[in-house]
Amino acid sequence: MKVMRCPLNGDRNINEFQCAGEVTVMPDAADISDDVWRDYLWLSANEAGVVREWWCHLPTSYWFIAERNTVTDEIVRTYPSEEVFNKRVEFVQPEPAKDPAA
Amino acid sequence: MTEKAASSLTRICLSSTAADPALHRIEIMPIGLLKYGLRRAYPAKPDLPPAQELKSSYDVVIIGGGGHGLATAYHLANDWGITNVCVLDKGYIGGGNTGRNTSVIRSNYITPESVRFYKASVNMFDGLSQELDYNVMYSKRGQLTLAHTDATIRTFRLRAEVGKFHGTGIEMVDRKAIREIVPCLHMPLDARWPVMAGLWHPEAGTARHDAVVWGYAARAADRGVEIHQRTEVTGILQENGTAIGVETTAGSIHAGAVVQAVAGMSSVVAKMAGFRLPIRTYPLQAMVTQPLKSFIDPLVSSSALHCYISQTARGEIVIGGGSDPYELYSTRSTLDLKESLIAHTLELFPFLADVRLVRQWAGMTDMTPDYSPIMGESPVKNYWLDAGWGTWGFKATPATGKFMAQAIAIGRVPDIIAPFRLARFDTMALVNEMGATAASH
Repeated sequence: MKVMRCPLNGDRNINEFQCAGEVTVMPDAADISDDVWRDYLWLSANEAGVVREWWCHLPTSYWFIAERNTVTDEIVRTYPSEEVFNKRVEFVQPEPAKDPAA
Repeated sequence: MTEKAASSLTRICLSSTAADPALHRIEIMPIGLLKYGLRRAYPAKPDLPPAQELKSSYDVVIIGGGGHGLATAYHLANDWGITNVCVLDKGYIGGGNTGRNTSVIRSNYITPESVRFYKASVNMFDGLSQELDYNVMYSKRGQLTLAHTDATIRTFRLRAEVGKFHGTGIEMVDRKAIREIVPCLHMPLDARWPVMAGLWHPEAGTARHDAVVWGYAARAADRGVEIHQRTEVTGILQENGTAIGVETTAGSIHAGAVVQAVAGMSSVVAKMAGFRLPIRTYPLQAMVTQPLKSFIDPLVSSSALHCYISQTARGEIVIGGGSDPYELYSTRSTLDLKESLIAHTLELFPFLADVRLVRQWAGMTDMTPDYSPIMGESPVKNYWLDAGWGTWGFKATPATGKFMAQAIAIGRVPDIIAPFRLARFDTMALVNEMGATAASH
């Protein structure tokens, strides 16, 4: 079995985890073009090499980040997401768009 | 050995066996074959011309020598007279996913666009051995897809209606009919996932995937297409947003048009051309048992149990299932999948428990968000895409070749493949085939 080191729970069988894809920066939906939003929704880097991904340890619902080599199938490093996401994000309600029909 | 020497050998053998007439007859046959083989009147004809030097330019450069790339090359030459074409593969032809699939050919999808397209491809398989003058071992025997939940039955009804509308055989069948179609299927009512109904698609079949590659390669080469194996593309040459050639490990070449048909490596090659794709590469594993006496004619598939099987002409049971759980550029296979695939297969065919597993392998599949392919234009002019075939590409080989060749030849994507354009993601016009790709999710 392949072992993944969960930052919270230690070494576990990799089938206890779910990979949730590349770590990306979500653009501010209010402030971007349709093309940028489309790229964010659908496109992937799909790199052959070391990638940085979100993973979830399903039994404990613990989300973390893993650096993994997609060519050698080697897990390089796993770490808590606080290492990358350590600033508070203010979710400000955008001004409602003016209704063109009004 | 010369003909004279072969004749002398014949005389010696004949004289030594002259005493026993029966022995005499047995000895003649191998000597006869030897003489036949040595005569210059019957020279061996290689399927492909020997390796040549790469020219400095071609009208069309196709990156990827799998079924799709070679079929496109064949149709460019055969249908449109475009013969100044080269196909480049970093390995050997058909070494990628065309050599690694479970060879299922069917058109029982759920969207009208998909059924229309895959049906065209299935129809082309009907006459493929004749067209390519190469036995692709096409075997039409029907596919039975099993429903283990009410939700699945609902989608089956929709697939049956879409099939009926597009003139392809897809029909709902009940447990009684299933028992007649596959008598050896284990279908107790008290199973965790009991077989409730089925979808019967009589036009489904299989073909020898390697033969499809070799047939297209041989006939394309006959028509002047150059095939360069062990030639890796390392860059795409561009000028003002237009592809003008490729860089390879054997030198740079200019191209009127470039086509990428590289399956699991789609994103890697697209990156050379400067753009990303809505593709993620996952391994898909499969395995095969020892040969057994023929006991099951149709293909049987179960999405709830994430497995599907077929029996080859040699009697082996080919077993396919779901994709690997995380992205990987590898063709390694795992014990995890062996265990889960066997467990599910034995739910349906428990008598296979003691059968020997002979081989397990994997392909690298380029998965898209809507489980539909990407054919047509790319953000770069004169750069054509044939990608996103995930776990559903083999059955589409002939139609892709034909319609991609048409697109390249006339510079416009034909209607039948227009729904699969890359630009569909701009307008959220996805072609959702997740349900009908059976076990792969």
